[in-house]
Amino acid sequence: MRIRTVEISVGIFMLLGFVALILLALNVSGLTLKPKAGGYTLYASFENIGGLTQRAKVSMSGVQIGEVRSIRLDPQMLMAEVEMSIFADVDFISADSSAMILTSGLLGQQYIGIVPGGDMDVLGDGDFIFNTQSALVLEDLVGKFLMNQVSE
Amino acid sequence: MGQDKPVVDGKALPLDDIIVEIRNMTFTRGSRKIFDDISLKIPRGKVTAIMGPSGTGKTTLLKLIGGQLRPDTGEILLDGQNIPKLNRKDLFIVRERMGMLFQSGALFTDMNVFDNIAFPIRVHTELPEVMIRDIVLMKLQAVGLRGAVSLMPSELSGGMARRVALARAISLDPDIVMYDEPFTGQDPIAMGVLVNLIKRLNQALGHTSIIVSHDIQETLSIADYIYVLSDGKIIAEGTPEMLKQQDSEQVRQFVDGLPDGPVPFHYPAPDLLDELMAGGVFK
Amino acid sequence: MILDNIQRLGHRTLSKCAAFGRSGQILFQSIVARPAPMMMLPLLIKQIYFIGVLSLVIIVVSGAFIGMVLGLQGYTILVDYGSEQAVGQMVALSLLRELAPVVTALLFAGRAGSALTAEIGLMKATEQLASLEMIGVDPYRRIIAPRLYAGFICMPLLSMIFAVVGIWGAAVVAVDWLGIYSGAYWANMQQAVDFREDVINGLIKAVVFGFIVTWIAVYQGYDCVPTSEGISQATTRTVVYASLAVLGFDFVLTALMFGDL
Repeated sequence: MRIRTVEISVGIFMLLGFVALILLALNVSGLTLKPKAGGYTLYASFENIGGLTQRAKVSMSGVQIGEVRSIRLDPQMLMAEVEMSIFADVDFISADSSAMILTSGLLGQQYIGIVPGGDMDVLGDGDFIFNTQSALVLEDLVGKFLMNQVSE
Repeated sequence: MGQDKPVVDGKALPLDDIIVEIRNMTFTRGSRKIFDDISLKIPRGKVTAIMGPSGTGKTTLLKLIGGQLRPDTGEILLDGQNIPKLNRKDLFIVRERMGMLFQSGALFTDMNVFDNIAFPIRVHTELPEVMIRDIVLMKLQAVGLRGAVSLMPSELSGGMARRVALARAISLDPDIVMYDEPFTGQDPIAMGVLVNLIKRLNQALGHTSIIVSHDIQETLSIADYIYVLSDGKIIAEGTPEMLKQQDSEQVRQFVDGLPDGPVPFHYPAPDLLDELMAGGVFK
Repeated sequence: MILDNIQRLGHRTLSKCAAFGRSGQILFQSIVARPAPMMMLPLLIKQIYFIGVLSLVIIVVSGAFIGMVLGLQGYTILVDYGSEQAVGQMVALSLLRELAPVVTALLFAGRAGSALTAEIGLMKATEQLASLEMIGVDPYRRIIAPRLYAGFICMPLLSMIFAVVGIWGAAVVAVDWLGIYSGAYWANMQQAVDFREDVINGLIKAVVFGFIVTWIAVYQGYDCVPTSEGISQATTRTVVYASLAVLGFDFVLTALMFGDL
């Protein structure tokens, strides 16, 4: 009888440990077992992505609709080309939408915000968002502000 | 001393059928010589006692025979097998033939009496549980503690713990049973019980008993043959009768329990008067 | 005088080397002489119970409090910069990378390590180890090996439980009490924490620490002077050595994993 309680409590303990690992994986590090299968891919080129990183979120009106899959430098255009994976159920992004890189808070994480346009056509897998706005780089802002001060 | 076949009243002593033989063994610990070139023989099926004042390494001798320690030089032969030369695996096989009763009993504190006694049987045999139960109950019956089968070691008195340990030591019917100070710290009744048990078990099971002890009367009453150790040497050997007739000062002091003699009462110190006259305080 | 000191130093160095050798021998004997799996499992389960399950309470309680403190402290500092949203990521990263493995290992050394040392030391003092040997059972296999394996298994599990409890503790403080938007708390965290980089590396640390602490505990118990004084000294040494070793190895591992040393 005592042996059974020992065995059961050890079993619960091991289970707790594995549940903790799963929680850490899924809930804390945001690892998804299947990367929201059925999602589709959009591309956008930016002049400057600032501090955008892989797996940064893509949102529309503040709601997450996907994440940044990869970032690379386009050798012809010399612009940063961002590959975004958009959830499959978000299939209503109009073709003339614009993408901009935003910052949560003053120093927070950077993410991509998509502002919908008015076109009836929607974007599909592999399409480009042409209308983009680069990241606000704090140094540039400070620089411009100082220049204005000097020129006045 | 030292001759191969001591003879008393024309009767040869039981030294012809030898189970354990120690030849020219020396063992040092640190810079102290515990055993200095000793040789002794232990006859099969008899009760052999190894006696001596405390601190003469009697327990060490049992550990040497059990292969837990290795001597610097010399041989320890168990039926011709040299124990110090055995590898770990063979040593564990040899030990199946030995049972040892430790001074503290050494019962496994996380098991009850039954499991303690069943432990060696479970380790070395693949008997079914039903049979193990019967064996354990028989061994407990032999030491008179069948009623204590489900107690934990912490619930036993000192004498009972030692009897349970004895039952464990004989659970595999070993050829040799070694007793490390079996009488120390026991009340007279428990002591009597143990003396009786050792003698009876030795006769009933036919194993060889080696007793290490400094309790003279009890040991003399059950031993067939006795070795007396002092300062790493064997200073006397023989049957209890022979030992009582010995006139060597050292043996007399030990056998009669005199406070002063060759083993001095005083720890080595400067002369008392000198030290008192010197005055001052202890630093 | 000087010669005396040099001699003493040499003597101490040699005996330290010998002690290290003995501890290696224990490790080798008990890992290489692996017990038969049939015999191993019940012993292992029992040891996981003693080492892991009984440490659970202290781990959960301290994990919760450390998480709550982190949440509170992080909030009060970050709110000055207007980025209190980042409290989740701060808590998660510091817990996963450092605090969970290290604090768990320190608690583990105090709770399980000292108990292991005392238990084995007492077995030695009451001649139970010698008695096992005489019965023909290898104490390395029977006593040491299950405890070592249990230590390796329990530490990472305890460390992960610690991290999870801590992160939830911080969430209680930050989200429920201080009013950070819970979406921001979790989303920021998920964006900053990388499974391979942070969770797995923290896990590796926990395994290494578990190994070190159990090894030291088992060695100190097996090698102690079998008297009540010797056992108490060995227990103290276990906690001190294990804690120092954990902190030292933490630096080494951190440098290897996250730094560019």
